Amino acid sequence: MLEVDSIRKTYGNIVAADGVSFRAGAGETVGLLGPNGAGKTTMVSIVAGLLRPDSGQVLIGGRPLGGDTDPAKRNIGLVPQNIGLYGQLSARENLALFGALYGLGGAQRKRAIDDALRLVGLSDRGKDAVKTFSGGMMRRLNLAAALLHDPQMLLLDEPTVGVDPQSRNAIFDNLETLKKRGKTLLYTTHYMEEAERLCDRLVIIDRGKVVADDTLSGLHRLMPVTNLLIVDLDNARDGFPAAELRSLPEVQSVEIRDKELKIGLRDLSSESPRVLQWLVDRGWKFQHVSSERASLETVFLTLTGRSLRD
Amino acid sequence: MTSIFRALVRKDLRLFFSDRRSVIMAFVAPIVIASFFGYIFGGNGGQTEASRVAVLAVDQDASVTSREIVANMTADKALAVQPAGLEEARAAVRKGKAIVAFVIPAAFGADAGRALFDAVSKPVIGLLYDPSHAAEMGMVQGMLSGHVMEAVSKEMFTGQTDRQAVKDSLAQIEQSAMAPADKKSLETMLRGIDGWNARRDSGAASGNATAPQGLTIPFQVHSEAITSGIGVQYNGYAHSFGGMGIQFILFVGIDVGMGLLAMRQSGVWQRLRAAPLSRGTLLGSRAVSAAMTSMLVLMVLFAFARVVFGCRIEGSMVGFLCICAAFSLMTAAFGLLIAALGKTPEATRGLSILVTLLMVMLGGAWVPTFIFPQWLQKLTIAIPTRWAMDGLDAMTWRGLGFSSAIGPIAVLVGFTLVFGVLAVMRFRWEADS
Repeated sequence: MLEVDSIRKTYGNIVAADGVSFRAGAGETVGLLGPNGAGKTTMVSIVAGLLRPDSGQVLIGGRPLGGDTDPAKRNIGLVPQNIGLYGQLSARENLALFGALYGLGGAQRKRAIDDALRLVGLSDRGKDAVKTFSGGMMRRLNLAAALLHDPQMLLLDEPTVGVDPQSRNAIFDNLETLKKRGKTLLYTTHYMEEAERLCDRLVIIDRGKVVADDTLSGLHRLMPVTNLLIVDLDNARDGFPAAELRSLPEVQSVEIRDKELKIGLRDLSSESPRVLQWLVDRGWKFQHVSSERASLETVFLTLTGRSLRD
Repeated sequence: MTSIFRALVRKDLRLFFSDRRSVIMAFVAPIVIASFFGYIFGGNGGQTEASRVAVLAVDQDASVTSREIVANMTADKALAVQPAGLEEARAAVRKGKAIVAFVIPAAFGADAGRALFDAVSKPVIGLLYDPSHAAEMGMVQGMLSGHVMEAVSKEMFTGQTDRQAVKDSLAQIEQSAMAPADKKSLETMLRGIDGWNARRDSGAASGNATAPQGLTIPFQVHSEAITSGIGVQYNGYAHSFGGMGIQFILFVGIDVGMGLLAMRQSGVWQRLRAAPLSRGTLLGSRAVSAAMTSMLVLMVLFAFARVVFGCRIEGSMVGFLCICAAFSLMTAAFGLLIAALGKTPEATRGLSILVTLLMVMLGGAWVPTFIFPQWLQKLTIAIPTRWAMDGLDAMTWRGLGFSSAIGPIAVLVGFTLVFGVLAVMRFRWEADS
C-alpha cells in the first residue's frame, strides 16, 4: 500500500530525514515512533504530499506520489497533529467542506458525514460549532474529517496529543474499528504504550534515521533485559551513583526519575536480593519495591541512548 | 467555477459573516467614520452650517469709526465676534478659546482718517492669533481690512469726526513742503469733500440726504460649484464614503493575509494541501472570496450613503461598478501578497497596517491630495488608492462618464496583476511543520 524509499529532507543544516525507508501493507498498522524532533511529522508531511523530499520517493499502491492534484491523494486521509478544523463552523459544516474537497456531494456526502460522526460518537453534536467542543471531542472530529472520502490509508500524526484518558481510549476504539475494516494506518507517537496497543509493526526514528523496523515481538527480542526492579527511594537526592550501580555484573540498565529507580535485570529471583543489599549497604532507604516486564521504552533507550520523552 | 472552488469560496464567506468583529469592522465602522468626515467636510450640498471663527474685538478707541468696524465684523456670518479687554483676549487666544483677536488702538478713528493722505504715520491694528490657525488668521485679516476701509472712508468723507480731519488736512497741506502742483490737486479734492459735506448738511436739514457710505469693494463675486450638473450640489459624503470604503476594504485584505498565515499554523492548511487540489484553486478561491467581500462592502456603503445622505452615482454606473470591482480584486491580491511575504500573523500585522494606512493617506482618502506639496502629489500617482479615489470621485459627485473610469480601472487591474504574480511567486507552499 505504502512504500517510503530512501527519503532525505533537510531544513538548512538540519537533517530531518536521512535515508528513511519503510513499508506499510494493506490493512497493516505501522507505528512511527520517536522522541519530539525525531522527524516523524516531516515523514508524515512527505507521505501526505505536503513536503517535497530532497531525494527519495513515496509510492502509493506501487505508483510514485505525484503533484498537488495527483488522484492517488484520494487514497490518503490525513489527521494532522494540530486540529485541522474551523472553530466557527459546525461539525457538519466542517465535514461537508472536507468532503467537498474530495468531490463528495449530495446524498453521498450526507451519508459519509453521518457515518463519520457516528464512528467518533459525535452524531448528537453535529450542528454545534466546533469551538464549543472539548479538546477530546475536537480530536475525534479531527479524525472523522479524514474519513469522509473513505481513504485506504490514514496518516495519524500524534492524534492523541493533549487529550484526557477517556477521549484517548475513545480514539483507540475508533482506530481499532478502522483497523478491522482493513484500513492501513500510519501512526506517529512518542507514547510507547499507544504503539504497543495499536501497531502491528514499529518503525523507530531518531534524529531523522530509522534505528529499528520490526514487529512488536521482533523488537522485544532486541531487549537486553526482560525484567525491571523498581525501587521507590525514600532518600533520593541528586548524585545517585547510577554509573556505579550499572557497573555491577548483574545490572543491565539503570534509570532514575525523581525517587523512582528502575534497574534492568535478567533474573529477578537470583539478582534482585544482591542489588537491594547493595543499596542498603550504601545508605539508601526504601519502603516499596515492585517489578514489571521491560517495555519498548527500554528498547528505545538501548537503541538511541535516550528516553522517548526527552 | 467547480464545486470544490465554490465550496472553498462559500466557506470563506461563511467564516467572514460568522465573525462579528470582522463584520463590524467591514460595514459599521466605515459607515460611522465616513458619516462623520462627510458631515465636517461639507455634508450634502452645504446644508451643514459652517462653524464660525471665534474672534475677540479689543476696542481701545471707542470712536465712531472703531465701533463701526466692530459692528461690521460682528455682523459677518463667518465670524463669531465678542468684545474683550487686551489681556483677556491674549489669554483666550493662548488657551485656544479664540482664534484671532484684533486690537484697535486709542485715537485710531482720527489717526486713520488723516493717514488716508499721509503715508508716513499710520495707526496700527494689532492681531493676536493662534499659530495653528494661520489660514483663519489670513481670512480675518482680509475681512478686517475691508471693514476698516469702509468705516474710515465713510467717516472721513461723511462723518462728523472726520470733517474736522479734512479741515486739519487742508491746513497741513497749506504749510507742507509739497510740490505746488500736488498741493493744488490735493487741496482741490479736499475742498470738494468739504463742500460736498456742507451740501449734505444742508440737505439733511431739509430732509433730502442719502445715507452716508464709505469706500466699498468695487466688485462682487459670483461663485459656482462645478459638479455633475447645473443645480446639482456637491455632496461631501460621496468622497468620505469612497475614502473610508477604500480604507476598510484594505483592512479586509489584511484579514485575508492574516487568515492565510494563521491557517498555515493550523492543521487546516495541511488538510487542504493533502487534498488533491491545485494551488490555483487554493489561492484563487481565497482571492475570489476576498474580492466578493470587498465588493459587497463597497456596495453596502454606497447604498447607505445613497439612502441616508442622498449620494448619487452622477456619472457612469458601469464605470463605478468596474472601479469597485477592480479595487476589490486589487485588495484580494494585496491580501495574498501579505500572506506570501509574511511569516507569522503576529510579526506581519503591524507592518501591514502601517502600509495600508500610508496607502490610504497618500491616496487622498482622508484629505484630498490637492493639499499635498507638488512633489508629493506626483508621488501619489504610484499609489493604487489614489487612482481608486480619483475614479470613485469621478463617477460619483463629479458625474463624469465611463471614459474617465478607464484610467483608474487599468491602473488598479495592473496593480492586481503585479501583487498577484508576486504573491504566487513568493508563496511558501510547504507546510509549516
